[in-house]
Amino acid sequence: MRGRARGPTVAADALIEIRDVTKTYGAGETAVHALRGVSLRVDAGEYVAVMGSSGSGKSTLMNILGCLDVPSRGEYRLDGTDVARLTEDQQALVRGRKIGFIFQSFNLIPRTSALANVELPLTYAHLRRSDRRKRARRALELVGLADRADHRPNQLSGGQQQRVAIARALATGPRILLADEPTGNLDAHSTDEVLGMFDQLNAEGRTVVVITHETEVARRARRLIRVSDGRIVADEVTG
Amino acid sequence: MSPRDLFGAALRGLGANKLRSLLTVLGVAIGVGAVIVLVAVGNGSGKAVQDRLEAMGTNLLIVSTTGGGGGFARGQAGPSAQQYSLTMSDASALTDNRLAPDVAAVAPVMTSSGTATNGDTSYTINQVIGTTPEYMPATNTPLGTGRSFTQQDVDTSQRVVLLGQTAATELFGRPTSAVGQTIKLGAVDFAVLGVLASKDSTGFSDPNATAIVPISTLRATQAGYGALNQIVVQAADKDKVDTAQAEVTQLLAARHQVPATQTSPYRITNSAQILQTSQDTAATFTALLATVAAISLIVGGIGVTNIMLVTVTERTREIGIRKALGARRRAILGQFLIEATLLSLLGGAVGVAAALIVSRFQLAGVQPVLVPSSIALAFGVSAAVGLFFGSMPAHRAAGLRPIDALRHE
Repeated sequence: MRGRARGPTVAADALIEIRDVTKTYGAGETAVHALRGVSLRVDAGEYVAVMGSSGSGKSTLMNILGCLDVPSRGEYRLDGTDVARLTEDQQALVRGRKIGFIFQSFNLIPRTSALANVELPLTYAHLRRSDRRKRARRALELVGLADRADHRPNQLSGGQQQRVAIARALATGPRILLADEPTGNLDAHSTDEVLGMFDQLNAEGRTVVVITHETEVARRARRLIRVSDGRIVADEVTG
Repeated sequence: MSPRDLFGAALRGLGANKLRSLLTVLGVAIGVGAVIVLVAVGNGSGKAVQDRLEAMGTNLLIVSTTGGGGGFARGQAGPSAQQYSLTMSDASALTDNRLAPDVAAVAPVMTSSGTATNGDTSYTINQVIGTTPEYMPATNTPLGTGRSFTQQDVDTSQRVVLLGQTAATELFGRPTSAVGQTIKLGAVDFAVLGVLASKDSTGFSDPNATAIVPISTLRATQAGYGALNQIVVQAADKDKVDTAQAEVTQLLAARHQVPATQTSPYRITNSAQILQTSQDTAATFTALLATVAAISLIVGGIGVTNIMLVTVTERTREIGIRKALGARRRAILGQFLIEATLLSLLGGAVGVAAALIVSRFQLAGVQPVLVPSSIALAFGVSAAVGLFFGSMPAHRAAGLRPIDALRHE
């Protein structure tokens, strides 16, 4: 585990680096300023929780970090690449290779088996069929759902669905796990399971960024960033 | 994403809403089926007319008078009608090799009608044709049984008759038993020499309800010695129909002293012209049917667009997920295009199958004759319809921004 080198110079191991990012929806009097100039740096191997109330801009931040949305102004370097310069398809490629998404509502493809869901990002990464199958099975084993490979999302419990989603996020071996309220739809037991998984993944060296409004979730992280009204109001090491 | 993966995703998409997919397929199937069947019907009716006309003989000219001269001559119809009427000597002049070298055979025709009786059985024959032996080969009227009459029979006004199939059947029960028997035509006895082979109808009258007798006999016993109704002229060759027609026109004009300024009082019907006209009519008819069918194919295509738009809207979230997982524009585009094309190709296949079955039956009295190119065209168009009508929804899907698609409820 590398320590977090903080300072004005960009270190070689900076995974996420955003500078003065603003995001404005609409224009004129009705314009909504979701982010009002955010700068943030996350190094490889960190476990970061982003906390904030509803409307604080934390989801917008997460969308920008995940290359799902582009900033109105400011710079975003992901693993050394300036995201703003990428074409739509290149951004898709970055999402597929470097980022594993975990959503509050699981977002599994309906009527599609757990295995096929986990295979999907590998398919878009142009892996061979046999490789895909192997890696997807391994990812399912990792989350303890190897025996549910052929089940469809509607045949799985919420906790199981979220574990399939984690397997899917891990399948491509991404550099960052980006989780948006991952336990928002889960009961206490499943929440424990999922958070335990995050702990373990981080212990193995994976960078994890969790967006949440639950203190219980945020406590697990080792760095806590508080967002309010489109600005970062606190950034502290907690563990 | 390999073709196999795209295909699998598309199939799963279609399977998600089977009834909807089925109805869309049905729309395309009806369009494709309609194109094939209606073109086949148009083609079939064209072929039927053509067959009938070819049965009539394609190098045939039928000369008849239009009564008087054209237009202004009408007022003095009496003398001019006499002047222009067709005579037996016109017919024999046309056989002259020097005056009309492209005429192969000539048969004068007089018609009458009458009741034929065989004992207690009687039958009204609408068309009793008086002519010469040349009439039969010229009009492609072969004999079924028995023999035809000869020139000698004509010269000596023999009371002999050839009966059409229907007439013979009505009078004798079986056509074959008529040969050698005697019938009364009006008050005169006629010996039945032969029975004509069955013939398809070329128009309104039944060609099987006729009787053919030597022209001299008909004039002596029934029709009197008035003008001929027609002169049937057979051109020497199919290609010489036009020159023969010109020769006949010229010869008749000379014989009857028709002024050059006057429109010809003779109407010469050329079977090749009739054939051409009816083929043109059939082609127009086919084009009309094909247009109607093409419209239904377009409607089917719009059905594809409609359903794909619904599908894209319904699955916006799925599109967002796929994009978040690294799907590029092309992968999304491909998935929905394949889905649309599969719908319409399936419709095309069902339509072709249905058309093949339906066209085995007579439709509106016409036996459809399949046009292979129309099958290929309709099937090809159905694939194109999928691509064309599916591309708008597919582009809409592919163009969605991942964040908007993911937020979609």
